[in-house]
Amino acid sequence: MLAKRIIPCLDIKNGQTVKGVKFVEIKEVGDPVELGALYAEQGADELVFLDITASHEGRKTFVDLVKRIARNINIPFTVGGGISELGDADALLNAGADKISVNSSAVRNPQLINELAQNFGSQFVVAAIDAKHQQGDDWVVTVNGGRIPTDKRLFSWARECEERGAGEILFTSMDHDGVKQGFANKALAKLSDSLNIPIIASGGAGKMEHFKDVFTIGKADAGLAASIFHFKEIGIRELKKYLNNEQIPIRL
Amino acid sequence: MNISSKNSDTFSSDSGLRASDSQKIVIIKYNAGNIRSVNNALLRLGYEAEITADPALIQQADKVIFPGVGEASTTMAYLRKTGLNKVIVNLKQPVLGICLGMQLMCSHSEEGHVDCLNIFDEKVRKFQLPESNMENIKIPHMGWNQITDVKTPLFDASLEGEYVYFVHSYYVALGEDTAATTNYILPYSSALQKDNFYATQFHPEKSGSVGERILANFLRL
Repeated sequence: MLAKRIIPCLDIKNGQTVKGVKFVEIKEVGDPVELGALYAEQGADELVFLDITASHEGRKTFVDLVKRIARNINIPFTVGGGISELGDADALLNAGADKISVNSSAVRNPQLINELAQNFGSQFVVAAIDAKHQQGDDWVVTVNGGRIPTDKRLFSWARECEERGAGEILFTSMDHDGVKQGFANKALAKLSDSLNIPIIASGGAGKMEHFKDVFTIGKADAGLAASIFHFKEIGIRELKKYLNNEQIPIRL
Repeated sequence: MNISSKNSDTFSSDSGLRASDSQKIVIIKYNAGNIRSVNNALLRLGYEAEITADPALIQQADKVIFPGVGEASTTMAYLRKTGLNKVIVNLKQPVLGICLGMQLMCSHSEEGHVDCLNIFDEKVRKFQLPESNMENIKIPHMGWNQITDVKTPLFDASLEGEYVYFVHSYYVALGEDTAATTNYILPYSSALQKDNFYATQFHPEKSGSVGERILANFLRL
């Protein structure tokens, strides 16, 4: 049976892993390659590395980092942050990335998703969506780390991403991120029911039960978290053991 | 945070395998995506492979790996144009096809409706979602799934039921060359073997220590 995936996310700034609460207060937590290798050994199913460095020099550092990750880590990994044209994706593919994620740049230029899918295949393209809850079923898509609201809405934009060729949706609830009170399960379930591509849930993990809920109530295919793993609040091994005991299909 | 005190660039694999022989391994170079990943996995196992499209080097190698991420019909057109199609089917040493590589070793693929290398007499079909998709099954089949009914020598008995990493929308049905079975929508061939030709639908190079054990078994043939 296909296993639900546990995905630690590493935000990278100037070559170091960092984790902010609600994308603002940033703390350093260590070397990405060492941390990634440690997570892989502990049973992480995939890794996501997001480059939050804005500068041009930082981009080059990140590509070099991706080469080191690819050499040292034996599970799939996605890289994202600052990918706004085919050339950026091509450099990361050649550095050894298995998938790339696009976020703000796809909102500004949706055609980018088509181009990436046509050139590298849908399996290479993760559409990352940050959204803020308004009321009822209304979620507004935000860009620039949740700071800027757009005229796009979560469900219609996610569908458009699928139609344009994205292979997965990585949905982060800006209301739940960093709060540790559980994932946005209602919105996630609606996404999963309405799309045919896998949904990665992000934002809100604080306890092991939250992962059980996101896979059952939220119907997500994968659960992503950062700080609870970086700060060792939840171990990946114990989390997977717990989920297995709770009858969630998981790779032990 | 004290995550780890190690500062080396290379982490040792836990498969116990080290560079101990001098066999010549070739990865066939063509217009496919994951060649670097396969090479990285071999390096972690302590092997250096040559990535080449040179027929002479491919024919002289002890082991040949035929990886692949891409689209079947354009890749077959490329193999025909370069003559690599004839080189591959005539190889006598152990050959390992991975993902698209495995599909191209079959007789025909629905992806672009193209005739393939016909090493395995099997057709490659597209997954179809069940009519009432109550379990929210997605295509592609992406993530970690189990291999069962595994057959030696690529798989030793300890690999029965282990999880490996898949990304694919097309599959090969069960048949006489099936060397491992995986269940997704239906039971299908997650590995094939016939004579010196071995193939996996999953990515051993991305399947953690389990994948490393499978690659090590291939390199030991």
